Amino acid sequence: MALTTYVEAIRQGIWEEMDADPRVFILGEDVGIYGGAFKVTEGMLEKFGEMRVIDTPISEAAIVGAAIGAALMGMRPIAEMQFIDFISCAFDQITNFAAKNRYRWGAGVPIVIRGPSGGGVHGGPFHSQNPEMYFVHTPGLKVVAPATAHDAKGLIKASIRDEDPVIYLEHKYLYRRIKEELPKGDYVVPIGRAAVRREGRDLTIITYGAMLYQALEAAEVLTREGGIEAEVIDLRTLLPLDKDAILASAKKTGKVLVVHEDTKTGGIAGEIAAIVNEEIFEYLDGPVLRVTAPDTPVPYSPPLEEFFLPNKDKILTAARKLAAY
Amino acid sequence: MKGAPKLRTAPRALAAVPDAGPRPTPSDADLLRMFHEMKLTRALEDRIERKLYRQGKITGGVYVGRGQEAISVGAAMHIRRTGEEDRDDIVSPSHRDMAVFLMQGIPMERILAQYMGRRTGLTRGRDGNMHMGDMRHRVVAFISHLGDSIPVAAGCALTFKMRGTDQVSFCFFGEGAASRGDWHEGVNFAAVQKLPVIFICNNNGYAYSTPAAQQMAVAHLSDRARGYGIAGSSHDGNDILEVYDAVGGAVARARAGGGPTLLEFVTFRMTGHSAHDDAGYVPKRLFEEWARKDPILRLGALLEERGLVDAAAVRELDERLESEVSQAVAWAERQPYPDPAECLEGVTKE
Amino acid sequence: MATEASRLRERPQLRGRKTRHGAASAADPIAGMMPGPLRPPVNPGLKRAELLAMHRHLLLNRLVEEKLSALYRQGQIVGGLYSSLGQEAISVGSAFALRPDDLLAPMIRNIGSLLVRGVSPRDLFLQFLARYDAPTHGKDGTLHFGNVEKKSLIGPISHLGTLIPVMTGAAMAARMRGEDRVALTYIGDGGTSTGYFHEGLNQAAVLKLPLILIVENNGYAYSTPTARQFAVESLAERGPAYGCAGESVDGTDILAVYAATLRAVERGRRGEGPTVLECRAMRMRGHAEHDDMRYVPKRLLEAWRGRDPIGRFEAFLIEEGHAVRAELRSAAAALAPELERAAAEALASPLPPPEEALKGVYWEPGYERPWWPSA
Repeated sequence: MALTTYVEAIRQGIWEEMDADPRVFILGEDVGIYGGAFKVTEGMLEKFGEMRVIDTPISEAAIVGAAIGAALMGMRPIAEMQFIDFISCAFDQITNFAAKNRYRWGAGVPIVIRGPSGGGVHGGPFHSQNPEMYFVHTPGLKVVAPATAHDAKGLIKASIRDEDPVIYLEHKYLYRRIKEELPKGDYVVPIGRAAVRREGRDLTIITYGAMLYQALEAAEVLTREGGIEAEVIDLRTLLPLDKDAILASAKKTGKVLVVHEDTKTGGIAGEIAAIVNEEIFEYLDGPVLRVTAPDTPVPYSPPLEEFFLPNKDKILTAARKLAAY
Repeated sequence: MKGAPKLRTAPRALAAVPDAGPRPTPSDADLLRMFHEMKLTRALEDRIERKLYRQGKITGGVYVGRGQEAISVGAAMHIRRTGEEDRDDIVSPSHRDMAVFLMQGIPMERILAQYMGRRTGLTRGRDGNMHMGDMRHRVVAFISHLGDSIPVAAGCALTFKMRGTDQVSFCFFGEGAASRGDWHEGVNFAAVQKLPVIFICNNNGYAYSTPAAQQMAVAHLSDRARGYGIAGSSHDGNDILEVYDAVGGAVARARAGGGPTLLEFVTFRMTGHSAHDDAGYVPKRLFEEWARKDPILRLGALLEERGLVDAAAVRELDERLESEVSQAVAWAERQPYPDPAECLEGVTKE
Repeated sequence: MATEASRLRERPQLRGRKTRHGAASAADPIAGMMPGPLRPPVNPGLKRAELLAMHRHLLLNRLVEEKLSALYRQGQIVGGLYSSLGQEAISVGSAFALRPDDLLAPMIRNIGSLLVRGVSPRDLFLQFLARYDAPTHGKDGTLHFGNVEKKSLIGPISHLGTLIPVMTGAAMAARMRGEDRVALTYIGDGGTSTGYFHEGLNQAAVLKLPLILIVENNGYAYSTPTARQFAVESLAERGPAYGCAGESVDGTDILAVYAATLRAVERGRRGEGPTVLECRAMRMRGHAEHDDMRYVPKRLLEAWRGRDPIGRFEAFLIEEGHAVRAELRSAAAALAPELERAAAEALASPLPPPEEALKGVYWEPGYERPWWPSA
């Protein structure tokens, strides 16, 4: 059976949307002739032409700004950030222009800003970031983070079709490590809906991105060694959060562990803990715990990065502690 | 003297760049229209700043373009409006370009309702003063982060290039905004992609309290054009004929596929930065000097010279405009405030 | 409120408008990237010892990078590796024009400037091997390190252009303290498109700060040729565009680079403000080790192959009687064992302990200055 990698799934999703809708186009650095630093846009210049696959100067603010202008004129731009770490160079355009446009004067900005995020590849502080919370904190935006090849394709399509600005976070660690068989034909994964990856009744692990696989491995160990059945929820969308899915699972198990590669303070685990606390405190049998990266920049040297990143073992420690309540 | 903007009387263009080609000359009707629009803008903004604001009837700040009207009006005369989306130009004004909004057909009443934070203002009370827009009128709303609109204007023009039309994107900004990184990225992008953008700089001498000489080390903002490989020139921003001519040339160049132009119009900010700023840092004699070069006075003198108006006609026009403004103010004051719960609506598409 | 209904949003007619990109000619898109006329280097008054020191640093630059490349192929390097092959004269020549206390901020292709500043090859190898004894203790890689007190060196981050406003500020501080130090940093042809370039340079020009901005125009920003980066013929235009000096030199001629940088340095010290100094060369390798640069036309690389900066300088030294070929060869041979030793020491050096990851986020007592003790 034909398996598609996570990166190829994104590429297919973009390709199919560009094929179906002439309003969709791509702009970014090295996306044309080079096919993108990670080859997400490979072949697109030849197929769609240089009018729709634009190699820009090094100008993240202009890349996003131009995307906004084109979107106001009815186009559906996809702005690539070569590494999502460079999205900070366009912070103003995203948070103050795109995010607030509809609210202020009704002119929606249907743009997608996408790029590779995350660590585990010895990228150091500026090629490994998880910047989602700057944008989750900005009303008017949507933020998605697929963990599977299936969702990568379905979510990029949903993002392109969405009427509002979407930050689409691809995890670079997953690019070529994940391979799946994808459904034929057009399909979309809705924004704002989490997925239950593994059912269980003893505790809930909520996560997203590359950490999904660490969480699933940990869940296997919990069952094998202690008969503990963990339910694993893949958020898929960070803004808007699928509160219903989170609360349904939390009510069922009464024990919630949030895992994310993002740093601890201001990470979405805090937000989820607050929601669970506010809405279903009576159902809890233990505190909401979290496993996250510490509050430091992403370090470069392998032992430092290993210390920094959450992994299966750190998840197991927290899960066992929670299960014991 | 420090801070006093230098005037150029003759436009300059870079030799290496394609010529603008034939440009329109204003007819008598055009001249009269420009006179009317400048006077309307002045009347409306005077009312907002000198009356309504002082009476506490405005929500938030007020930033007017007194003395700089020739730039918005002269340029806006060239914005093509047919009602057809694939023919109309698009304009990204800044806060001192009231005339652009009016000339694009946005009713005065709704602008006043906007200033007063009412439900029927252009942003339904979500944003204030000049932070408004309406795509049906082909006006892109700017944000307070000046300079951010430049790449957006370039993006609009990118769409025109993709469509193969001869539509043009007009972009207004001050000399201060031109120091922003976003400005640079937008201009360079438009230059390398040869986009049909008219970059219009209102150099009014001051960015809040910062004189132009502390904003840039070049004598003219248009000197930046050589760094991008685009056409650029500087002009007397209080001479509406010069504005009209320079913008007309740039528009002809853009429509012909010759790419962007960077135009600097030198004028003077005849107010503080905002209504609450008394501009004590500006030498008084600059106000006196520039009052003598007032754009409305200068055009009025030309019209009288040509027998197109006389003193009585001007007086009558002034009275009529005052009355129109009063009616619009009365309408705006009757408008309801938005319902508090409306605060939660319209963040994303519903 | 504006509506979004519009027939064009359903079915846009994208006929497209063909325009010529940037400064490229329709006939030959890479005409503007070919090397200029070949002129013999002119000695601006350097003595033999200084010329040979320059030569030694050029060699060191090349040999250090060859060693790094070898380590990369052995899988020893952590992260990416970026080469300055063909551009060494720019790093070495410009750094030679500085005083040891002038502020220097290298970018990713400026190892040569660090070597001139006295950074040891061992420290560079430690960085790329992510060892604890590296200047950053393994917290960051490549050239992302510095030491202001001892070496007047400010380290870069990956976000291109950000060094320019930073160096403007450093120059500002020096002036406030009555020092006549200048600030020199580098930017690539691609980096000049960033907003940071604009804001930093404009600020330096307005304040007439002694900022020397070496613009390394090597033809490509990753896969983006200069024709798609900007529409000017020469980035030297950006000098007068900001109201300051701008010059363009052959970046493969180390003496031209040195002389022009010296002019800029002296200009800065006289209080006449910044200089934008474009140095033209060609990026002879890919963007990074993993990039095979198939998008670069072969004839462009061929045209630049005859402009190797080391080859040109050696020809000059021999021609002008400063050295014979045998001496130059033995200079290279003398460096090789030194580098082998440095690499071996670095390879034998320990990785950082995991908990090091938590240290030094903020100032903490007892951890004030552990970075780069050998600076």
